[in-house]
Amino acid sequence: MKDTDSLIAEAAERLLGDLCDPQTVNNAKDDKWNDRLWQALAENGLIHASIPEELGGSGAALGDGFELMRLAGRFAVPVPLAETMLAGWLLAKGGLAVPQGRMSIAPVQPTDTIALKDDGTLAGRARAVSFAREALHFAVLATGPSGPAVALVAAGDCRREEDENLAGEPLDDLVFEGTRPLAMAQLPAGFGQQDLMLMGCVVRSLQIAGALEDMLTRSVAYAQQRVAFEKKISKFQAVQHNLARLAGETSAALAAAGSAADALASGTADADAVFLEAAAAKIRCAEAASTGAAIAHQVHGAIGYTTEYVLHRFSLRALGWRDDFGNESYWAVELGKMLARRGADDLWPLVASR
Amino acid sequence: MSSALTFDPIRLPEACQVLRQEVRAFLAEEIAMGTFDPTGASIGNDDNARAFAKRVAAKGWIGMTWPKKYGGRERSFLERYVVTEECRIANAPVSVFFTADRQSGPTIIKYGSEKIKQSILPRIVQGELHFCIGMSEPGSGSDLFAAKTKATKTDGGYLINGTKIWTSNAHKADYMIGLFRTSASTKENRRHGLTSFLVDMKTAGISCNPIGQMSGLREFNEVVFQDAFIPDDHVLGEIDGAWKQATTELAYERSGPERFLETYYVLTELVRAVGPHPDTRSAEGIGRLVAQLHTLRRMSVSVAGMLEAGKEPVVESSIVKDLGTVWEQELPAKVRNLAAFIEPVPGNQPPLARRLAFATKVAPKLTIQGGTTEVLRGIIARGLGLR
Repeated sequence: MKDTDSLIAEAAERLLGDLCDPQTVNNAKDDKWNDRLWQALAENGLIHASIPEELGGSGAALGDGFELMRLAGRFAVPVPLAETMLAGWLLAKGGLAVPQGRMSIAPVQPTDTIALKDDGTLAGRARAVSFAREALHFAVLATGPSGPAVALVAAGDCRREEDENLAGEPLDDLVFEGTRPLAMAQLPAGFGQQDLMLMGCVVRSLQIAGALEDMLTRSVAYAQQRVAFEKKISKFQAVQHNLARLAGETSAALAAAGSAADALASGTADADAVFLEAAAAKIRCAEAASTGAAIAHQVHGAIGYTTEYVLHRFSLRALGWRDDFGNESYWAVELGKMLARRGADDLWPLVASR
Repeated sequence: MSSALTFDPIRLPEACQVLRQEVRAFLAEEIAMGTFDPTGASIGNDDNARAFAKRVAAKGWIGMTWPKKYGGRERSFLERYVVTEECRIANAPVSVFFTADRQSGPTIIKYGSEKIKQSILPRIVQGELHFCIGMSEPGSGSDLFAAKTKATKTDGGYLINGTKIWTSNAHKADYMIGLFRTSASTKENRRHGLTSFLVDMKTAGISCNPIGQMSGLREFNEVVFQDAFIPDDHVLGEIDGAWKQATTELAYERSGPERFLETYYVLTELVRAVGPHPDTRSAEGIGRLVAQLHTLRRMSVSVAGMLEAGKEPVVESSIVKDLGTVWEQELPAKVRNLAAFIEPVPGNQPPLARRLAFATKVAPKLTIQGGTTEVLRGIIARGLGLR
């Protein structure tokens, strides 16, 4: 496993190892672990790691925040760490301070829009908002008469229609009707809903890559323990080749997500290059989640299909994350249209621009 | 736990992008001069390829990472990467120098005698020498260490007897780097007993017999050795110990842009054929393919960057070749699907159809040459600690 580079990531890795062990969480009879974990993340400044200090964060670089997202995937973190980070990031874009406690973000689907009315209230529906039920606040990107704005909304000020994702985590629709935000700020010129979607793509891609890292490690370890036909199944060539393919998918996800995160964090790429990086990461990581989860389950056999064994904590989350912030088919169409517009002879120059 | 996979997000430094513009301008001039067909639709002639190699050499782009004392430029592997990918995308006729630049030269630098280095390397750098690789034999392909072609000690050198096969471009090559048996393998180590040699292809006792390929290209040969004499100072590295000599080099050989760009032209032609307003199906197909291509390139650049930094990403490079060659092999079939509803223009066969036909015929070899998919997955499995 790649050693984490930053102090923040090191601290997070230790903390998650102690308080978010997937087997412990999976076995827990109650959810005392949940508050304990959130509390520890907050006390260690990991909730808003890369938000500027003057807005209530820890002031670390965006790259550190991204590193946390990969770890969130690797530990199948079952609290809204990613959602709160995204919400904080959006609030900070408008210069709004982050409140205490869990947050989530809306909209999550590229085709959902929230309107900011002349009277300063919000209207519209945001579908499939992760962890909405647990959030105290939402950061909402709303479009008003003078362009896109970010609104901080108290959870009780909008209606919720509850549902859940593949892993059984809250995935609720939020309905805004005459909702009056707690605070509101214009977003910088040129910043729009697509920027939020691309940021969400990169976060989910990193989480998928992290989950695949665990699925690979776990599957390799399992194959080296499980005996069938009088030998460890890791000795069968068919199993070895499946695991080699899983390593390939994990690598592709790590490379695509890592590159896109770097592109956003460094801020040096032009708009089309950032679009390519983020959209490609979401497309390729979603594909890797599909292929990789299938292989991990195949290697594990029946035990991997049980509730007691923790593989599902990673596979189902990774598969669920494919759908947030636009699924891979949506982004493939958008990317394809952009490339067609640029034309055949401009395809390679874009791919080779960095 | 040994499943440590690292793909650092490497960016090409500014110098590389300046170099890229130089390479593009140079290739555009060559195309304008008629040196080669950038669509790759027609196969250029040998004289053109030889002359092209000399002009690339004049630019300083052959052996550009090698020590200056042998004519190299001591430039970075990332710069070489840019030259390689631009030549590949343009379908430039690189066959004369590509093998020497990628692997034969580096092998000589590492294992050749000083005299050999002085005499051979500057001529590679000048674009004068075409290399081929003598590995496979009628009875040993993927199982490299089953090679039987013998090198028997004689006065002042070795006599080679036996047959190499599938040797690409042996009939045009000036030199081969070949693997020959100097001792029997041992019970403890079946890889023991093979030695790497530099072979002058004009040596008496060497003959090349052509083998046709289903793609229509003329590359394959059977190379027969009958008492061909190789002088002692043409031994590369340790006698009987060639098996120790191929780790880092393989990482370079496996992870380059040529491992996923070989059928790239069908993707360009598809984008051209669908035009600026593709339907949803075409747009999605193109988007997915380019997302996969982008990811492969980021992985490949990452490995190049790690190599430049002195790391040995052996497993990572095998993963790049596995994913890359499977992708470039499947590309023609996927493009064919996406192009299925494009109405053909009456009359001549459109460029996309022509290029697809060729790519379809080339595709089967891509996951075989330079290490089969099965061998690569075995190496990856070993890296994961499974073997």
